[in-house]
Amino acid sequence: MFTSTPYDMHHRLPDLPENTDWPRLVDGYRHMALIRTFDKKAVNLQRTGKLGTYASCLGAEAIATAGGMALHDGDYFVPYYRDHATQYLRGVPLYQILQYWGGDERGNAFPTDTPAARDLPNCVPIATQLTQAAGIATKAKLGHEQAAVLATCGDGATSRGDFHEALNVAGVWQLPLVVMVNNNQWAISVPRSLQTASDTIAQKAVAAGIEGFQVDGNDLPAMLETLDYALDKARHGKGATLIEAVSYRLSDHTTADDAGRYRKASDLHAAWQREPVARLRQTLADAGHWDAEQEKKWQADCQQQVDNAVETYLNQPPQAPTDMLDYLYAELPEALKAQRQHLLQQQPGGHHA
Amino acid sequence: MHSAQPHPDTSVPLNLLEAVNQALRHAMEADENVVVLGEDIATNGGVFRATEGLKETFGFRRVMDTPLAENLIAGLAVGMASQGLKPVAEIQFMGFIYAALEQLISHAARLRNRTRGRLSCPLVIRAPFGGGIHAPEHHSESTEALFAHIPGLRVVIPSSPARAYGLLRAAIACPDPVLFLEPKRLYRLQRLPVELEDEPLPLDRCFTLRAGEDVSLISWGAMIHETLAAAEQLAAEDIKAEVIDVATLNPLDRDTLIATASKTGRVVIVHEAPHNGGFGAEIAATLASDALMHLLAPIERVTGYDCPMPYFAMEQHYMPSVERIVAAAKRTLEY
Repeated sequence: MFTSTPYDMHHRLPDLPENTDWPRLVDGYRHMALIRTFDKKAVNLQRTGKLGTYASCLGAEAIATAGGMALHDGDYFVPYYRDHATQYLRGVPLYQILQYWGGDERGNAFPTDTPAARDLPNCVPIATQLTQAAGIATKAKLGHEQAAVLATCGDGATSRGDFHEALNVAGVWQLPLVVMVNNNQWAISVPRSLQTASDTIAQKAVAAGIEGFQVDGNDLPAMLETLDYALDKARHGKGATLIEAVSYRLSDHTTADDAGRYRKASDLHAAWQREPVARLRQTLADAGHWDAEQEKKWQADCQQQVDNAVETYLNQPPQAPTDMLDYLYAELPEALKAQRQHLLQQQPGGHHA
Repeated sequence: MHSAQPHPDTSVPLNLLEAVNQALRHAMEADENVVVLGEDIATNGGVFRATEGLKETFGFRRVMDTPLAENLIAGLAVGMASQGLKPVAEIQFMGFIYAALEQLISHAARLRNRTRGRLSCPLVIRAPFGGGIHAPEHHSESTEALFAHIPGLRVVIPSSPARAYGLLRAAIACPDPVLFLEPKRLYRLQRLPVELEDEPLPLDRCFTLRAGEDVSLISWGAMIHETLAAAEQLAAEDIKAEVIDVATLNPLDRDTLIATASKTGRVVIVHEAPHNGGFGAEIAATLASDALMHLLAPIERVTGYDCPMPYFAMEQHYMPSVERIVAAAKRTLEY
């Protein structure tokens, strides 16, 4: 029921077949390079007090980019919190991703004219998004939508009941659900070896009666191939899939973490030798689809896009304090009107109670 | 104030369980986005039969037997509701709802707020609650105060067949997440007229079940039964008790509570849940601050004891009785 593709993570990507869709891979590379530039800037913004605690996606670029590229507009995306590339590709502007990590819920009000409009926002409580994704998949199935739901989580999430409950119901109900685990070897400080005694995470699909794959998460072509298959299967009513994307978290857990306390420098160094962005760039260059000139131009372009996003983010007007009450219910209940009035009076120009 | 008086000529006699069943049926007829899910609810019609006949009418696609996992049921409902379905999920007994708490607190109650209105979560979680039916361990708790503390989650508790019907229709129509707690001791207690054609009942108003000037008896759920009986006993001694069914714990209709306390000056709050941190404390605190100058006696609370709901051999010692309510009312009058 589950398949393991080679993931011993050689420095170079495996050779690609004759019929490779090179323009798609070039697009993928551009997205990955952009999100890496974005990620670096976001960490710097946090360090300089302009962003809150931020979960870096360093090392997860291929996984999240593949997700964003493989999803169709009519599909649904249910993220955890390291999926900035997918969110961007679904239509969330980069400034809005910063706005979220800047402590502002308006960052979750994705543009209504993009596929992201229906997607769930980041999910902080681990694995709780997975049963919700099963619910969305149930809705898609009931409505004969021929749509797939892609939900993501980390390796730590696979220890939670939610993960197993979601896979279990996806099997029983033949749901159009793809659960993609970013197995980056770490749940904050706890290594994969302390999460499960299973040889793989992918094999947990067997217990749920669904198909499972283990894939090199640092290999964009492999990720795209696997996701294309699984999402297409879901759209055609052929059931759910578990994908274990094996990668390595090259960042701290978040900007509030110091991985130096638990991660060997030599392990990190080794992981950098097979990181996804450089590997794909090398493959594209070797095949004559990318060169130094293009790289230079694109890096400058990425920097410009990120700088623009930062400027837009920093220039957002503040929220009204009453927003904390105004979106809680469809209509503000009578019981909250006095509290809302109190908030109004706390504002500059209001009267302090 | 709403009293939901049925019209004798167009109403039908239903017990509370049948009223729930009819509300589900009519909501499903009215809106194809309404689906029901839970354990044993489809083929079996629910362990109490609240969903009896729904699968036969609406099919297994809209009436879903789930795997046995309350956390899953809540998560499924959140996901469905986030995309425009109106799921009504049954948790078989309130004692098993705690696995669903994370979904309710961290997601259902927050989704609209944290997406600034982009997504919403119009789900209903139904759960039978309360003691008095000699049920197994963990089948008789009343932990409504836990849920009333969650901003964004509406907590609704009917105490009669008519209010079960009208409030459940309103809960399903409501664009906000609703926890709908059904007092299972009342499920089959009596058939009373239920008006099936009326507008749904409001989800943020107390119901004044009996008017009076001498003392206010405030309660909800199954305890309304004892509270009304206590009012009847007091009436025999020419003490006129006003009986308020709170019905919607969150958002709370403070105005009606303040008005009754201001009118009578004497207040007895009755609930089955333990005393410490019970929802009666919120009402007492509200009245102590907003009706203080009208109060003629300390506010009394007649509640369960501060222990886990006892296994059924002792539950009659735990549950507030008519006698305890009458005695508390008299203490306020003699103060």
